[in-house]
Amino acid sequence: MEAELSYFLGIDYPTWWFLIVGGVFAGYAILDGFDLGAGSIHLFLKKEQSRRIALNAIGPVWDGNEVWLVIAGGALFAGFPVAYASLFSAFYIPFMLFLVLLIFRAIAIEFRSKEDMKWWRNFWDRAYFVASNSLSLLLGVVVGNLMIGLPIDERGNLVGSWLQLLNPYALLMGFTILALFVMHGIIYLLLKTEGRLYAKLRILLNRAVILFIIAFTAASAYGLYAYPKLSDDLQNSVSFWILPSLGILSILSIPQWIKRRKFRIAFVSSALAIAFMLGVLAFELYPVLLYSTIDPAYHIDIYSAASSQKSMGIMLLIAAIGTPLILGYTAFVFYTFRGKVHLDENSY
Amino acid sequence: MEVEILARLQFAFTVAFHYIYPPLSIGLGLLMVIFEALFLRTRNPQYEQLARFYTRIFGLTFGIGVATGIVMEFEFGTNWAVYSRYVGDVFGSALAAEGIFAFAMESGFLGLLLFGWNRVKPWVHFLATVMVLIGSMFSAVWIVVANSWQQTPAGFHVVGEGINARAEITDFWAMVFNPSSVDRLWHVWNGSFLAGAFLVLSISAFYLIKNKHVALSRKAFKIALVVATFFSFLQAFSGHSSANVVAEYQPAKLAALEGQYEDSDDAGIMILGWVDEEAQKTTGIEIPSLLHLMTNKEIGQDTIHGLNHFPADQRPERINAIFQFYHIMVGIGFSLIGLTLLALFFWWRGKLFEQKWLLRIFVFSVLLPQIANQFGWFSAEMGRQPWVVYGLLRTSNALSEAVTAEQVLFSIILFFVVYAFLFLLFLYLLNRKIQHGPDEAEKVEYSDAPKRTISGIIK
Repeated sequence: MEAELSYFLGIDYPTWWFLIVGGVFAGYAILDGFDLGAGSIHLFLKKEQSRRIALNAIGPVWDGNEVWLVIAGGALFAGFPVAYASLFSAFYIPFMLFLVLLIFRAIAIEFRSKEDMKWWRNFWDRAYFVASNSLSLLLGVVVGNLMIGLPIDERGNLVGSWLQLLNPYALLMGFTILALFVMHGIIYLLLKTEGRLYAKLRILLNRAVILFIIAFTAASAYGLYAYPKLSDDLQNSVSFWILPSLGILSILSIPQWIKRRKFRIAFVSSALAIAFMLGVLAFELYPVLLYSTIDPAYHIDIYSAASSQKSMGIMLLIAAIGTPLILGYTAFVFYTFRGKVHLDENSY
Repeated sequence: MEVEILARLQFAFTVAFHYIYPPLSIGLGLLMVIFEALFLRTRNPQYEQLARFYTRIFGLTFGIGVATGIVMEFEFGTNWAVYSRYVGDVFGSALAAEGIFAFAMESGFLGLLLFGWNRVKPWVHFLATVMVLIGSMFSAVWIVVANSWQQTPAGFHVVGEGINARAEITDFWAMVFNPSSVDRLWHVWNGSFLAGAFLVLSISAFYLIKNKHVALSRKAFKIALVVATFFSFLQAFSGHSSANVVAEYQPAKLAALEGQYEDSDDAGIMILGWVDEEAQKTTGIEIPSLLHLMTNKEIGQDTIHGLNHFPADQRPERINAIFQFYHIMVGIGFSLIGLTLLALFFWWRGKLFEQKWLLRIFVFSVLLPQIANQFGWFSAEMGRQPWVVYGLLRTSNALSEAVTAEQVLFSIILFFVVYAFLFLLFLYLLNRKIQHGPDEAEKVEYSDAPKRTISGIIK
């Protein structure tokens, strides 16, 4: 059944598609990461005006950002249907919750401004806050489980209860990703705000950086202690410690950039930090997509999970045409809405 | 078996609920493009008022459409893992193309459409609206291509055997232009334009009856009426050619749609009827020979097969339901033609807006395209059973192996509660927006208006 591999620039198609899927997920984490992070501190902003400004800071872009998740899901389905099928049926209940939370996040943003009643706005503020925090947490839990592998059998089906996905390492990774997104979101909001709200966000940012460092250290220490797979990789692979170090360095640089009011560089730094974190995951995985903790023979790797070479070739062409378009109009939209938020009659 | 029924129920429920919104978005998108184009041409601010008003309603439908649409994409993996593995190679490229070309386009420009009124020049805003419309129409392309491939598979070969079998693409364009995709795409687009046009007709008729926003509503009503007339005629043609594809490629489905059990060399079409599944007999008002004529078959020579021609495990169940869904859809299609022609007649006589009874019908007419869209899909998808990929993969074999009935039941209840809540909110907010109505012309701010700054607001 193994077909011959096709190559482009000396790299085989499944690896290209692995890079693309990884790139789209990283794009999602960087773009929707700041929306989620902004939502995660929503209730810490007390004034109605501050909440509106924070919402309108992400207003014109959050929907476009969320689409990266749709593209990532489609790309995974298209390129690695076997992994897609196993991953989503294994995470059945968490994924259903994830989808419901995503719905609530979306409609909370949309509906909040539609009525003036205090209870109405309070309700949507809470929904938005809870959904944003839980979404980041769940994403982190998924990342954590991918790092350590899942108990999947030879048919790619999860053995045992889904509750084992809520193991300590995955939860610690959940908090790490949550803190990372919160930090990222606050930096985005700093780009968009002035005055007292801005001052308040700066204080919150410092706390978020500290929280991230604590959560990251705890997750790494626990992972290296509890999972030999991770500590072996640390010894054997250079990229496994270079990437996290670069991530930590770019995070530590953030307070310095903020102090010098170089917000754009600070934002790029936190985006890079997210990319480095996912880079660790990519290096940990490649060429495997889903590690089986039961038997290495049950691993789902990019070659056994891949679509046909012909199909991959078509999709690489689609991606090659589509990517410049997406980057082009994403840049155009961000450029149009650059600078500080101005509320008008179209605002949330 | 139980998991199968629950999983089908879940998919049907979530997709049916989702499908309330995208057709409205596509249809309203077209109307907004027309309003903005007229504004650019005439500089009559009324057209801009209309565009702004319907943009707000569009925002509502679009938001729910996206939120409920993401569910669909991941449900393939969660509930139908075997199916996903089987079709991933073929289907995946259509879904990936949808994400890259369609979703990214519509969602990217949506921000400009909703929030860009005072940020960009009117023609840039117009372009953004056009891009959102094209993006949403493109979404329909890939979804319909994928679904049509399930109905009439083409451009692939099957690799492997048993549970490891899967379809692999051999010819991308043959997959995209499989026998049913073009006709069904037209059918879906027309249905969407009708959904949007009748929403505008309904809202405008409501205002006209209440004597509010009269000048604006008359303009909107006439524009939407032209759109509705055009597409209700076009819909009859696309429906006809769609049915012919079914006749050629899915004969068991055709027999179910027409409630025909016995082979016939002179088949008629029922206008109204009832299928007695026990007695295997359909009674009703029939036009003789019409099915043979419509499908270009020779009467007395060519045979159109009835359900009994097909082995019991290769034909759909619940024939009466399929029959009724299909016939109600067709009936609504023709009544939309009648309704729009009637309104055109009164317009021609210059008495359109005096016919309060007709306007009242138009207020409720918004439901008709919605029902037709839903029922059309019900008959198409139930008629495809017992196959998920026609003739290749059975629905009962396509489920996720790892998923239990309890999990599916949990998610059905979860989505039912959430969607019921969403639907009530949607109706409430839609009603609020309609009650509020379009902003008066002098309230509308233009792009050269002074901008308020945030520091001024905070201090």
